[in-house]
Amino acid sequence: MTYIGKSVKRVEDQRFVTGQGHYTDDIVLPGITHACILRSPYAHARIRNVDTTTAASMPGVVAIFTGKDIAATGIVGVPTGWQVNFRNGDQMKEPPHPLLVADKVRHVGDSVAIVIAESYAQAKDAAEAIDVDYDVLPAVANPAAAAQPGAPLVHDSAPGNVCFDWELGNPQAEVDAALASAHHVTSLDIINQRMVPNAIEPRAAIGHYETAGDKYTLYTTSQNPHLTRLLMCAFVLGIPEHKVRVVAPDVGGGFGSKIFHYTEEALVTWCSRQIKRPVKWTAERSESFITDAHGRDHVTKAQMGFDADGNIVALKASTYANLGAYLSTFGPAVPTYLHGTLLQGLYTTPKVYVEVYGMFTHTVAVDAYRGAGRPEATYILERLLDTAALEMKVDPAELRRKNFIPAFDGVNQPGYQTQVALQYDSGNYEPVLDRALEMVGYDQFRKEQAEARKQGKLLGIGISTYIEACGIAPSAVVGALGARAGLYESAQVRVQPTGKVSVYSGSHSHGQGHETTFAQVVADRLGIPMEDIEIVHGDSESVAFGMGTYGSRSLAVGGSAIVKSIDKVLEKGAKIAAHKLEAAVEDLDYAGGKWTVKGTDKSIGFGDIALTAYVPHDYPQGLEPGLDFSSFYDPANFTYPFGAHIAVVEVDPDTGKVTLKRFIAVDDVGNVINPMIVDGQIHGGLAQGIGQALFEGALYDENAQLINGSYMDYTMPRADDLPSFEIDRKITPCPHNPLGVKGAGEAGCIGSTPAVVNAVMDALAPFGIKKDLTMPLTSEKVWRAMQG
Amino acid sequence: MQAFYSAKHKTMIPTAFAYKRAHSVEEALSLLAAHGEEAKILAGGHSLIPALKLRLNQPEMLIDIARIPALRYIRQAGDHIAIGAATTHDDIAQSDLLQKQQPIYPQAAKLIGDIQVRNRGTLGGSIAHADPSADWPAVLLATDAQVVIQSAQGERVVGAADFFTGFYSTALEAGELVTEIQVPLLPPGTKASYQKFMQPASRFAIVGCAAVVTQSGGTCSRVRVAFTGLSDAAFRDQAVESALTGKAAGADEVAAAAQTAGQDVMVLADHFASEDYRLHLARVIAKRALTEATH
Repeated sequence: MTYIGKSVKRVEDQRFVTGQGHYTDDIVLPGITHACILRSPYAHARIRNVDTTTAASMPGVVAIFTGKDIAATGIVGVPTGWQVNFRNGDQMKEPPHPLLVADKVRHVGDSVAIVIAESYAQAKDAAEAIDVDYDVLPAVANPAAAAQPGAPLVHDSAPGNVCFDWELGNPQAEVDAALASAHHVTSLDIINQRMVPNAIEPRAAIGHYETAGDKYTLYTTSQNPHLTRLLMCAFVLGIPEHKVRVVAPDVGGGFGSKIFHYTEEALVTWCSRQIKRPVKWTAERSESFITDAHGRDHVTKAQMGFDADGNIVALKASTYANLGAYLSTFGPAVPTYLHGTLLQGLYTTPKVYVEVYGMFTHTVAVDAYRGAGRPEATYILERLLDTAALEMKVDPAELRRKNFIPAFDGVNQPGYQTQVALQYDSGNYEPVLDRALEMVGYDQFRKEQAEARKQGKLLGIGISTYIEACGIAPSAVVGALGARAGLYESAQVRVQPTGKVSVYSGSHSHGQGHETTFAQVVADRLGIPMEDIEIVHGDSESVAFGMGTYGSRSLAVGGSAIVKSIDKVLEKGAKIAAHKLEAAVEDLDYAGGKWTVKGTDKSIGFGDIALTAYVPHDYPQGLEPGLDFSSFYDPANFTYPFGAHIAVVEVDPDTGKVTLKRFIAVDDVGNVINPMIVDGQIHGGLAQGIGQALFEGALYDENAQLINGSYMDYTMPRADDLPSFEIDRKITPCPHNPLGVKGAGEAGCIGSTPAVVNAVMDALAPFGIKKDLTMPLTSEKVWRAMQG
Repeated sequence: MQAFYSAKHKTMIPTAFAYKRAHSVEEALSLLAAHGEEAKILAGGHSLIPALKLRLNQPEMLIDIARIPALRYIRQAGDHIAIGAATTHDDIAQSDLLQKQQPIYPQAAKLIGDIQVRNRGTLGGSIAHADPSADWPAVLLATDAQVVIQSAQGERVVGAADFFTGFYSTALEAGELVTEIQVPLLPPGTKASYQKFMQPASRFAIVGCAAVVTQSGGTCSRVRVAFTGLSDAAFRDQAVESALTGKAAGADEVAAAAQTAGQDVMVLADHFASEDYRLHLARVIAKRALTEATH
């Protein structure tokens, strides 16, 4: 029985679809209390006074803490995990992010006080009774506006609201010269709008301090429990790590927003220590809108130069990236090393220059959101290419094909060195484009489109070809780029005496299906049934260490760590088998769950060897008992999935409403373990990427107040907004990890957004629209564009 | 006008309230009489519960009428169809009687929210709430529906045009309960259509238009056109109606009539549709509704 490559049904779904998942908010502990955090209604205000007198005397109230209480302890706040320096070498500005604010609120939703009560309703009522005297100040939400002279200042320590300015690529003068001498230059002002992540499970945290043993447990909705423990212990609360257990049980989606160490996690942990009772906080949906780290929010000027044959000669991009009011865990890394490094795309562009201004604004933090930097880079490249094709009157598919990097497998041909630091591992770009064009019937569509235009129907087709970087990341590389952590992964494979296997992974599943995919890998490698394997994750007490799940890294990095441990199990198992079979290790084959002496029928099964390892009566001399191995896997490189996406849209000429008629995605994510799960990842990513193109986006008023902070106002894509996706894949294995996998979690979200926008712009081509339309392409924006 | 919602001061737990389930209309009316303005009627809860959670509404008592069978029916009663106030949107969507006699009702019902909303939300609840973007008010206005209102003092019947009085406001007085909606049968030669341009997040109407047109002798003899979502309350648009009355139902006549829509109202604006776009949409969907109602 082999499992790899089969669409095995997800083993975790039994508990999810029968309502037996176990989420943080489901946890009830003896003596538990409930917390409500009083949030600032203003984006920028000085706190003159906080009066908790009335609130403190309300029914059920156990304790109230304010920013002054926290300040008195000397706790500074939560740190960021990535340092990006100014181009002159100065360190970035890194103002503190307090657990509760004492002096000044800096975004709507900033934490002012925490009320702990016997019930959540009581905590809520008491929080409403706290009287805060605010001196309201002017605020700024837009990163480009924040850079203007005289813009309201977020932190006194960051003049001009600049956290860092950063550049990468070829010298600016060389790129400028290449653009100046180009045959054609396409320029665009691009806004990659701000996205609210909207995981279906709101964030929640329970702090539980136990006097006996002076121990803490934090239950939290995290993609990253071990890093949360490390950051909270070492950098926030200053409590010893061995006294703290962090558990991330079932987690209902993250999309990046649950990677980060949030103030609430440290706050409930600290509060529990003060009141000696467990403290639970669960975000309301409205609270999620204003306190979860958002994504994207780039304001960019970009130029792409071409020679007379349509070859790209240079690319230049200058971006104001919104970081929010405080630096979140990966905040500085997203617009820099996850964005600038991807501006080579899958093209041979010889000169690339990117500069990014990381800006503070009076908004909640901006950090990684599905795709994290790569969608922003892809959007710039693919909008420029389509606009250039229109301007130069060449076919957009051919323009891309002409500029593709030639195929390389990373084994017989070397990896491709980009102008922006990365070296691609393997790639073969034409086949994905060819297949997508074939699926959509490109030539036929152009004929239909021309015919439809004569009848006043506006059909459009949009292509996007993308590359991204997954499987983050080689620790030494990211360390050199400013990461304050390594980005390896750990895995322990514990063979039980009966031959059943428990795998402890530092990756974390919050929807991805690790319990299935990892078990498929282990079952095949060991030749045993999947039912004999259990995947354990998300608890620092059982899993030794981990770096969590994000950046489509679980299988490429976490899966590789599992393979390393399995190799060790098999190596030791072979020694025991050789002893039992009275043969040399070199004379054994391992297949189908047993060791066999080559050329004979003498064999011994995996279960027998496991039992022997724990009951070592007849055992190799000098060999330790037990069959239990841990490994850390630090990848040699990122992995680089790629693909081609094509959207077909129809625009209603009367109303501007865009209908997505077809969506074709051909992705190459390397080897595939479970095709159904990969397809599901692609589907979900497409929905989110299409959501960005057509529906979603946080909107702020002039007071930096979020005006669409509910599902009545913030448009999430729904099933009936989407066509049935047409997907296919090609396989170019990753040459540097044992499974040959690249990662599939974000691909759908990276390629799809520009494909949809390109399709709408193609539909609108008869109107000769010059300015780039700003996502989301709502009916009104499209209608206005048609009015000229 | 500005958007209705802001992230500011949002909470998701209602303030405390008492709850009574009425088992008959009489019991509901006597509870209403006893508690007056401190009480709110709970039917499907799809308007009220969100308002409670956002603490926009803080009643001291909820009177639940959802389980009074005598308020949930669709039947023909002489010259009209009678619809009980607690009839759900889905009941209307599935009604063979309405499909035969007043197909605009199922047509509109199917465009409301999603299946969960349609299974719980009620016609009476929707019109009593009078959301300026709700679908039913336009349909009731265009079909000359009457609203039956009861209180401990007795019963009165109010025409739809007098029922919807403004932004979230109706002719209902304290102690009164909507019990029935009466929809006159369509005159011979009459067709109707409800067209809606959806707000993509909430699925309420950015603009909805109900058109009911009677044709006789080659001309439009009787025209009813009502809008929802365009202004602070649903309204009948006399300009469009008179522009088409007496005219042939040709494409040009329909287009010209639609173009007169919304001239005398204050047009709503939010981040989904500015004033001029909303007015434009009203005219586009008026044309579509009138076209369907004349062909």
